[in-house]
Amino acid sequence: MNNSLINQSFKKAKKENRPALLTYTVAGDNTKKKSLEILKSISKYADICELGFPHNTPIADGGQIQTSAYRAIKNGVKINDIFSIVSKFKKFRKDKPIILMGYYNMIYQYNENKFIKKCKKSKVDGLIVVDLPHPENKIFASKCKKNKINFIQLISPTTSKLRLKKIIKDSHDMIYYISMLSTTGGKLKVSPKRIIQEYQKIKKQNKSKNVVIGFGITEKTIKLLKKADGLVVGSAICKEITKSIKKRQNTVINVTNVVRKLKNKIK
Amino acid sequence: MKLKKNIPLIDQHDKFGFWGGKFGGSFIPETLKKPVEDLTKEFHKLRKKRNFIKKRDFYFKNYVGSPTSFIKLENLSSHLGGAQIWAKVVSEANGGAHKIYNATVHALICKAMGKKYIVGDTGAGYAGKMLSMAAKKFGLKCKIFMGAKDIKRQKPNCDAMRRNGAEIVPVYSGSQTLVDAVSECMRYWVSNCDNTHMCVGSTVGPNIFVKICGWSTAQISRELKIQLKKEFKKIPKKIKLINCVGGGSSAYGFWSEFIDYDKKHIELIGVEAGGPKKSKLHAAPLSRNAKIGILHGAASYVCQNNEGQIQDTESISAGLDYPGVSPIHCFLKDTKRARYTYATDEAALNAYKMVTKFEKLNPSLEPSHAFAEAIKIAPKLSKDTILIVNSCGDAKKDRDILKDRLGKY
Ligand SMILES: Cc1ncc(COP(=O)(O)O)c(C=O)c1O
Repeated sequence: MNNSLINQSFKKAKKENRPALLTYTVAGDNTKKKSLEILKSISKYADICELGFPHNTPIADGGQIQTSAYRAIKNGVKINDIFSIVSKFKKFRKDKPIILMGYYNMIYQYNENKFIKKCKKSKVDGLIVVDLPHPENKIFASKCKKNKINFIQLISPTTSKLRLKKIIKDSHDMIYYISMLSTTGGKLKVSPKRIIQEYQKIKKQNKSKNVVIGFGITEKTIKLLKKADGLVVGSAICKEITKSIKKRQNTVINVTNVVRKLKNKIK
Repeated sequence: MKLKKNIPLIDQHDKFGFWGGKFGGSFIPETLKKPVEDLTKEFHKLRKKRNFIKKRDFYFKNYVGSPTSFIKLENLSSHLGGAQIWAKVVSEANGGAHKIYNATVHALICKAMGKKYIVGDTGAGYAGKMLSMAAKKFGLKCKIFMGAKDIKRQKPNCDAMRRNGAEIVPVYSGSQTLVDAVSECMRYWVSNCDNTHMCVGSTVGPNIFVKICGWSTAQISRELKIQLKKEFKKIPKKIKLINCVGGGSSAYGFWSEFIDYDKKHIELIGVEAGGPKKSKLHAAPLSRNAKIGILHGAASYVCQNNEGQIQDTESISAGLDYPGVSPIHCFLKDTKRARYTYATDEAALNAYKMVTKFEKLNPSLEPSHAFAEAIKIAPKLSKDTILIVNSCGDAKKDRDILKDRLGKY
C-alpha cells in the first residue's frame, strides 16, 4: 500500500519538517450534520482524521470520549450514518485520509466482510479496532489489506520486545504507539522524553513504518513530542465539543480553533 | 461442537481462548496483553504447585469454611409433593456467598505476583465484600467498582466493604449497574496494571479470568460429590442441579464435577433473571436467545441491539443484572449439556416467600431465582428425583428490597 493516502500524508508532513497531525472525533457528535461539518472544517489543519464509531461499553476510553460517544448514540447515530458521513466528507476532500476507530463488537454485528466492503465503498483509508489485538487480528487485518484498507496495529508501553517485532512485521503503513498506561483522556504521566525513547525503539525496527503517538496529548504537551511521525489528539477535541455545547457556542468554530492551535504548535 | 470428558471445562478452550471455537477469547486492548499473559502464566504455574493447592485448601477449610452443608428441605418438599428438594447451603461460607472462593484465590495470586493493590467489580456487593475481606486478610489495598444504583440497593454489603477498609468507587455511567462497574474496573486496570491486580467477580471477562474463577468455585461441587455419596451411599439416579446464572460462577462451581455425567442422570438447570413480568427488559441472554457479541473482553451471548450496542437490563437481583454471561455457559448451552431458563422478579420474590416460610433458610434474591424453578418443576417430578438448589447467597443484603416489596424482612 505504498502510495496509500495515509503514506502520502506522512510524506507531505515530513517534507514540511513536522509531524502529521491526527485528530479524533466521534461520528455523530453531537449530530450527524455537525460532526460532518466539524470534520470538514478541521481537515484544513489536520493531516489525517480519525473518526470514532461510538460504542456504549468502551472499555479503553476515558470520560471525554465516553461523553462524546454516549451523546452520539443518544442522538441516534447508526453505523450506516457513519459510512455516509465518510462518503460525504470524501466528496468534499478526497485527499484527506479517514481512519475509523472503534470496538470489535460493532464490526462483528455488522459482519466483518460487509463492514470492510462498506469501508471500501465509502473510501475509508484505515481502521483501528481497540479490542482486537495481535495476533487475534491477523485474519481481519489481511482482509483489510486485500481491500486496500490500512489496518492499524497498536503498541503500548507494556508490549514486549518479541511481540513488538511480530506486530511490526504484520503492520501496514501506520502504527499507533500508546504513550502510557492509560485509557484515552488521561493526563500525560510519562515524560515526553521517555515517550520519544520508546517511540524510537519502534522506529529502529523498521524505519519505513509511520509511527504515531497518541493518548494524553494536548495543546500543552504536543510540542514536546514533535519528533514523532505523527501525533493524535482526541480527548482534548472531544472536551472542546462538550464545552462548546454547554456554553451554547459554535462547536465547529471552537473545535477548529483548537485544531489550528495544535497545528501551529508543531509547525 | 462437543464437550470432552475428563478435562475440566475451564481447560477445554483452543489456543486463542475460545470454547467451542467461538465463545470466550481475549478481546483486550494492547496494554492489557502483557498483564493478562503474565497472569495466565502465573496461574498456570501455581495451579500445578502442590504448595499452592495446599494453601488454597487450607484457606478454603479454615477461612472460607468448608464444607458448606447439604440439607434436605423436608417441609418444602412435602408441601410441594413430587421431587425431593435439597439445598447446598453455600451461603454459610465466610461472608455469606460463593464469591469468597474466587476472591480468596485472587488474593493469593496477587500476593504470589508481588502486587500490593487489588481491584474488583461488584453488582450485588458480594464479590466486592469478599474481595475486601480477602484483601484485608492478606494485607492488600483494595478498590471496588460498583454501579451507583447497586450501591443504593445493596447497602449492607457496601457497609461491610467500607468496614474492611476498601474504597468503593461509584460508577455513574450507563445504567449504573454491574455492566458499568466491570467496564470501569477494566479501565482502571488499563491505567494501573503495572502495580495492580484485577479480580473479575464472575466467570466472565478475558479467558484467564473465566478460568481462575471457575477453578475457585469448583470447590462447591467437589464438596457436593462427597456429600451425595455420604448421604445416599452412591450418587442417586435422577438428579437435577439448579443454579441461578448471572455471570455463571456459582453455577459452574456447582456443576463442574458433574458435567461428564449423562444429562438424563444429572441434569443441569441454569436460571437467569427474567426481570419484572411487565417489562421488556431482562438479564437473560441464554434463555431469551440473545445473539453472540463481545462484552468485557469475551465473546458470549449478550443482550444487545442490531448495531452491537449493549442493551439495558433490568432485574430485582443486582447479582444477576448483567447483559452478558460466561462463555462456558454458552458452550454448555450449545452442546445441550445444560438447560437454561429464567424466573421473573415476581417469581423470585414468591419463591423467597415460600422458602422462608417453610425452611430455616434465607436465600438472597439471586438463588431465589433458582428456587423459583425448583418450586415450579418439583410437583411434576417423581419422589426419587433429587432436586438440588445452590443456595449461594444470604438475603441480608436484600433487606431493603424485601421490606419494600414484601412489606417485611
Ligand atoms: C449470591 C449471588 N448469587 C449469584 C450471583 C450471580 O453471579 P454468578 O452467576 O457468577 O454466580 C451473585 C453475584 O453477585 C451473587 O451475589
